[in-house]
Amino acid sequence: MTGGTRLRAPTAWRGGGVLALLAAVAAFPLVFTNPLVTTFGVDTLIFVGAASAWNIFSGYSGYISLGHAVFFGCGAYTVAITARDWQLTGNVVFALLPLAGLAAAVIAVPFGMIALRVQRHTFLVVTIAIFFIFELMAFNFSFTGGTTGVAAPFLAWQPGTYDDPFYYIALAIAVGTVGLSWVIRGSRFGLQLRAIRDDEGRARGLGVHTMRVKMAAFIVSAGVTGLIGGLWFYFITQVLPQSGFDPAFDLTVALMAFLGGLGTVSGPVLGALLIEPAQQYLTQQFTNDYLSQIALGALFLAVIVLLPRGVIPMAGEKVTWWRAQRPRGTAALLAAAGLRRSAAAAEPGAAADAPSKETAR
Amino acid sequence: MAHQIYEAVVDGLLVGAVYGLMAVGLTLIFGVLDIINIAQGILVVLGAYLSYVLAVHLHIDLFLGLLITVPAMFVIGVAIYWAFIRPLRGPERTSMSLLASYAIALIIEGVLYWIFSPSLVTLNAWYVISGVRVFGFYLPYIYLFAAALAVLLVTALYAFLYRTGFGRSVRATMQDQTAARLVGIDVKRVAALTFGIGVALTAVGGMVYGATSGGFNPNSGYDLISRLLAIIILGGLGSIGGALAAAVFMITIESVVDVWSPNWAIVVFYAALVIVLIVRPAGLFGRSAVRAQ
Repeated sequence: MTGGTRLRAPTAWRGGGVLALLAAVAAFPLVFTNPLVTTFGVDTLIFVGAASAWNIFSGYSGYISLGHAVFFGCGAYTVAITARDWQLTGNVVFALLPLAGLAAAVIAVPFGMIALRVQRHTFLVVTIAIFFIFELMAFNFSFTGGTTGVAAPFLAWQPGTYDDPFYYIALAIAVGTVGLSWVIRGSRFGLQLRAIRDDEGRARGLGVHTMRVKMAAFIVSAGVTGLIGGLWFYFITQVLPQSGFDPAFDLTVALMAFLGGLGTVSGPVLGALLIEPAQQYLTQQFTNDYLSQIALGALFLAVIVLLPRGVIPMAGEKVTWWRAQRPRGTAALLAAAGLRRSAAAAEPGAAADAPSKETAR
Repeated sequence: MAHQIYEAVVDGLLVGAVYGLMAVGLTLIFGVLDIINIAQGILVVLGAYLSYVLAVHLHIDLFLGLLITVPAMFVIGVAIYWAFIRPLRGPERTSMSLLASYAIALIIEGVLYWIFSPSLVTLNAWYVISGVRVFGFYLPYIYLFAAALAVLLVTALYAFLYRTGFGRSVRATMQDQTAARLVGIDVKRVAALTFGIGVALTAVGGMVYGATSGGFNPNSGYDLISRLLAIIILGGLGSIGGALAAAVFMITIESVVDVWSPNWAIVVFYAALVIVLIVRPAGLFGRSAVRAQ
């Protein structure tokens, strides 16, 4: 599917690229010490994780969910309510994060049992309907704090480096999610999911327990999203019904995965790295909130109309096409080109540049 | 109490007819193009704002204003189809078009916020504030007029679909697009005009929504689209009669629950959808295998 697999890229090159990227991301808050930049970094990593988690279910199975904010909000509310009721403060609250994931995974069971019974188009709409039920429940129940929401416990950290621990926790979760996504994609389970995406009836005919496989992916995806929701709550320090259960969240994660490449491992990561900083920048740049919303919508439309299959798959096709078009040269030239191409395959950003290199030649 | 419930039922039936009209637009678009137009909710709000501008700045009566807003929304619909829906192809077309319409909704919402600000506005006319007593029920004239208009338009739509040549092309395309193309129907043209008609119906829905909802702003689009989606799913995607029946059924239930608890009325609305889907995954009037993957 991706260009990387087709281009016999040495695993060492790809691994090296990933490690270099990780090192750069890990060093990021040490280099850019401005707290505002770190805040952007945490936001971006939260979305890297959330978009990858969304992709584990929706990208691989082809069932587009616009209800993942349910899990995000449930994760946030779970840690918020437990911390409030057990009167937990200080660093110990982070021990509650697995609980957020667990709660979201438990909620995914009845959610999935209702929503996954229907066809693909209907599924999408049912997820929206269930999402609205949850948002309204958060508004109307008393234990959720109604419209005032729940405030996070106070963390007595240094203001100058307040965001740094969040950055590293978010990084760990994001890396874990992408790793999980990679493992699932290559596994038998991932193959079954992609078989469902391509032709569900045939997959069932070939002996895939489609409902069981879809449910499992849905629960995994929900659990990770809930975990990220819990972390997000500590970071934002307050959860409100409209921010925990935010329709824009559903749309944003889907947009990130679509932009990068639906159903690829690196696609949602690239999408999140491009969109979240852009969105933060637009919000900062336009004092007018509506303009940034219009800009986001326009960007979204442009992606769908111009890059319908996402950056990573289309860049992969370009690279393959370019290789096929390549004129014969000396062995040395070929080797040099081969090296450069492998680097391009290892590094998604560089792969995206490949078409421009080709025109420059 | 009993009296309040009867009144809620009557209100529900009348308002349900108008929701039915909006839902028919949405389900018609699905039937022909196989896409769900998420922007339908915000287009209703856009229709309401158009009526508002005409009424406040040009002092045109709300119902007369429809003669301007309906063609305007038709043109907007055809333009959206032509610019953003038509270019989409491939196996992921349905999901992509849904996301595209979501993006269009975001843009329209942003523009409306920018022009009109988030403050709530209402549409006013003599028939909005005064009403008539029928069998002891107080009914604002707007409910009666709107329901009458909705019934008239749905009848006209049925006549169009079942009594004209073009209507037959639309129904053929709904049944089987490939076969329709094979017998010489210009499917692209049918799709564009259907999208236009579906969007044009929001002008009517918007005017009535603006006059009866007790205040709207660009955010109302979310509320509208979630109800409309629930209605068309309940009725069975692509079924016009189903959409009408489901609209009346759902809005009446909501209206009745509203007598006890306004906060939970809308939850009951979605819960009804979930329960129906557990029993009948294809909706009340949907054919189960008609759009199998």
